[in-house]
This record gives sequence, structure tokens and C-alpha cells, in this order.
Amino acid sequence: MTSGWKVGTVSATRTETPTGRSITIDVPGWPGNIAGQHVDVRLTAPDGYQAVRSYSIASVGDDERVQLAVDRLPDGEVSPYLVDDLLPGDQLEFRGPLGGWFVWRPEVGDVVQTEPVQLIGGGSGIVPLIAMIRSHAASANPAKFRLLYSVRSPEDAFFADELASLAGDDLEITWVYTRKAPEGWPMPAHRLTKDQLASASFDVTQNPSVFVCGPTGFVESVASWLVDLGHDPARVKTERFGGA
Amino acid sequence: MGIISRGFTGRSREVNPALPPGQFLTEDFPVLSAGPTPDIDTADWEFSIRTESGEAHRWTWDDLMALPIEDIATDIHCVTRWSKLGTSWRGVSLDTLFADVDTSSGYTMAHSYGGYTTNVPLEDLLDGKAWIAFEFDGEPLAPEHGGPARLLVPHLYFWKSAKWIRGLVMHDSDDPGFWEQNGYHLYGDPWREQRYW
Amino acid sequence: MVMHVDGNAVAGPLSEIFRADMTQASGECRHCHETTELARADVELDDVGFTLRCRSCTHVLFTVIHTNERTWVDLQGIAGLGLPPFER
Repeated sequence: MTSGWKVGTVSATRTETPTGRSITIDVPGWPGNIAGQHVDVRLTAPDGYQAVRSYSIASVGDDERVQLAVDRLPDGEVSPYLVDDLLPGDQLEFRGPLGGWFVWRPEVGDVVQTEPVQLIGGGSGIVPLIAMIRSHAASANPAKFRLLYSVRSPEDAFFADELASLAGDDLEITWVYTRKAPEGWPMPAHRLTKDQLASASFDVTQNPSVFVCGPTGFVESVASWLVDLGHDPARVKTERFGGA
Repeated sequence: MGIISRGFTGRSREVNPALPPGQFLTEDFPVLSAGPTPDIDTADWEFSIRTESGEAHRWTWDDLMALPIEDIATDIHCVTRWSKLGTSWRGVSLDTLFADVDTSSGYTMAHSYGGYTTNVPLEDLLDGKAWIAFEFDGEPLAPEHGGPARLLVPHLYFWKSAKWIRGLVMHDSDDPGFWEQNGYHLYGDPWREQRYW
Repeated sequence: MVMHVDGNAVAGPLSEIFRADMTQASGECRHCHETTELARADVELDDVGFTLRCRSCTHVLFTVIHTNERTWVDLQGIAGLGLPPFER
């Protein structure tokens, strides 16, 4: 797989959170992507300086529109530009789709995937997971999905409306608010614990595929709890976004 | 080169070829130690080189001060990613100390007061590459920075420049010292980013 | 600026060196012989390159460093790499 750099044109942007935005890019000749893959975005300054960062793809399929979602990091170099400065009509350079490991497909070969899928996301870690959820919905795949999504507050959730509309028997969502819970929420704001993870997620006996994505510290805590709870480490896939 | 990204300037940065990969510049002099600072009086201080035959060459503080002393201007690079450029030291070259040492071993283990050890191949100590340094920036080397004297091997990551140096023991193989047994690279070349084992 | 991530994040940089998707390749650690997909490796990533470390024993699997003179790939920590079978 040679991934040359492609140029796309930003067609739309949407504020998702106080620090985050989703960006839709038109990419002629986009080969399509599987849920969970990412792109590397490259910015070039007038003096030739370049910065490259990876962003997960929120969209799935072979539409020529690619959607990314970016959270502005406090010391970031690329994310502030993408969240605050980028405008529709701007060109963006990137390579991809990249990564074939942290992915979910409704079918592998001719075999429909039916095993339960547990998704656990923190903050912008939801991005590859929502691609999996969209892939699941678009293919009418019969597997049961559960999502555990940890965010600071309701405003900090990416794609909140879409997730709420997709929630149902085939997608059970557990929201964890770590700093500020919504009005009338039954639990006060709290950080995710191993016990809550255990009660919200598929049991080991159901042999789920597990995907964990978000800041590095979050992913490592959750992954180690999952192993403590008896999950086979080989069934737990992780993607760390850096940060704390 | 890629297409120019409208409005992107990047962080203001000075590309400094003196910085090895993954390092950033500091004006400070951070203190990192594996243990407490030993308290060594120069009246009791001794440096020794012990060869494979058991022969020991020893220098008291006064012996050291009587040897040719060099001014050293060099860059230092810590594995924790800070680099300090143009630091100035005074010390005695290991070439001077090894002049009368008869050895056919290729490796050394540096031993410090307090028990710290680090391994350095002999050829990385010779030919103007290393010193027993006792002055930094025009002042006697402070205890927290390894005083009264430390090994100074600036072409390797700074954990190799053993503070509170007490002696070198010749080894026939590149046996790992303290940090080399605890996650750090056996050799430690900053230009090849040899941080970890 | 150094990011503490995992092998997934270097899929792109690895594609500049290897043809296959190396995040799916399995790497055997020369030190502890643990064999896992490179996507799981402990990665430090910055502007000039990256280091992959074995998550079991923390030894370095490999390092890629870009300088103006060359890109240096140090594979000393990898005993072997397992790729999907090649199509013939």
C-alpha cells in the first residue's frame, strides 16, 4: 500500500463541542475506508515547514466525502488550525486511509460478523467508534453493539445528537460525565471506574470484540481493567491519541 | 513539498542542528538523580582505575589538581529530552589518567559514591572524549550536579556522565550499569536516539 | 513535542518504509520474544521520528529517525516480522 499525499477541499465544518469540530472534505477518487481507519493530515507553512498529525475518519464507505473530527489541544500546533482557522473552500493535504488493525467490518470475506462489539471511548476517541457505529447501521449488521462514552460534560460529546438517535436495542449507550452531568442525571459527575465498566459492558462470556480509543491514560486504565475482568487481551483492541 | 495551507504558520521554531533528534533546548540545568546526594569531602576523595589484573591506580584530590587541567566547552544531552548547549567545564582528561594504565580490556564500569554505576566502552573515554570534571560554569561543581567531581562524557546521553565519580573498573564485556539494567540503552548515542534498552 | 501513543499512529510513517500495512504485522521482540501486532506497541512520536517499544518488556523494537542527511531505521530490537501471505 503506497499512500501518496492527496489533496481534498473542505466542503463543510460543524462545531461539535466548545473545543471540537467535524470537518467534511471532498476528495475526488477517494478509495473508501473501513470503520476505524485514519488519515495523516499535513499542513505546510509558507516557509516550507510541515506538520503532520493523524486523525481518525468518522465516515465510512466509498463516498467521495470524508469526515474527520478534531479536538483542539491546548499546546497543539495542528489542531488549533483545523478547529479555529480552516474554512470551507480551503485545501487540505492528507494520506490514507491508513491502518487495518483497529477496524470493524460488517463482513469479513463472505462471513457476516455477529459477535457482540463493545466500544469504549474517551473524548475525541469516539471518532473511529462512530465510524464503526455508522458502518453497523448502514449495513444492517445483526451484531449487538454497546458504547461506553466518557466525556467531561454533555457539551463535550462529539456527535451527541446522532448517537442519541441511533441508541436502541442494537446500540446500548452508557454515558459517563466526568466533570458536569446533565440536569436531572441520576449519577453525579464521576470518572469511570472498573465496576461501572464491568456493569455497562458485555460480559466476558459473551466473547465480545472490544475497541478502546481516547487519550493514552484513559485507554491504558480501561484496557488493564478489561484484562482484570477476564477479557482476552487479544480481543481488546486499543488506539491511543496521546495526551494525558 | 506540499501545498501551502492557507493561514498556517506553525509554531515559531528555530531549527538547531546542534540538537540531537527528539531533544529540546533548555537554559536551565535540571537535576535528576537516582538517589540522595552524597556528601564527599575533597580531603577524603579518591579516584581509582582498577585493571583486569587487579592493579589499582589511585589519585587523591591533590593528585588530580596537579595534573594538566583542560577547559571544556560542550553540549550536553539528557535522555529526558532536554539539551544544554555551550556548557563550560574544567577537568582532567581521561587520556591523562589512562596514560600509565596497562589494560587490554575494552569496557569500563564507572562507580560513584552512593553506589551508582554506568558502563562506558574504553574507546568512548579516550581521544579527548571524556574528563573527570570538577568545575562547571566557572564555579566548583555543586554536589547536586555531581560535585566534587563527575565523569563527563558529553557525546553520550548524560546519564553516562556519572556524578560523584569514585572510580573506573575495567571489564572484558559491556556489562550494564544501573540505568542500563533498568530500561536504558547500553550505549546511549543521542544522535541515533538510543534512549531505551 | 513528543506524543505517547501506539503503533496505530505510525501507520503512515511506516508506509514510507514498508509496502504492507505494518500495524497489522506481528513483531517478535528480540529481548522477551513476545510476538504481537505492531499496532499494540508503545510508541513515542515526534517531529523527527518515532520509537516502538515492546509493551511486555519495554525494550525498543525499532526506531526511525529523520535527519537532513538520511532516514535511519534501526531494527535491532525486532527478531522477526510476520506479514500476511503475499499474493502470487
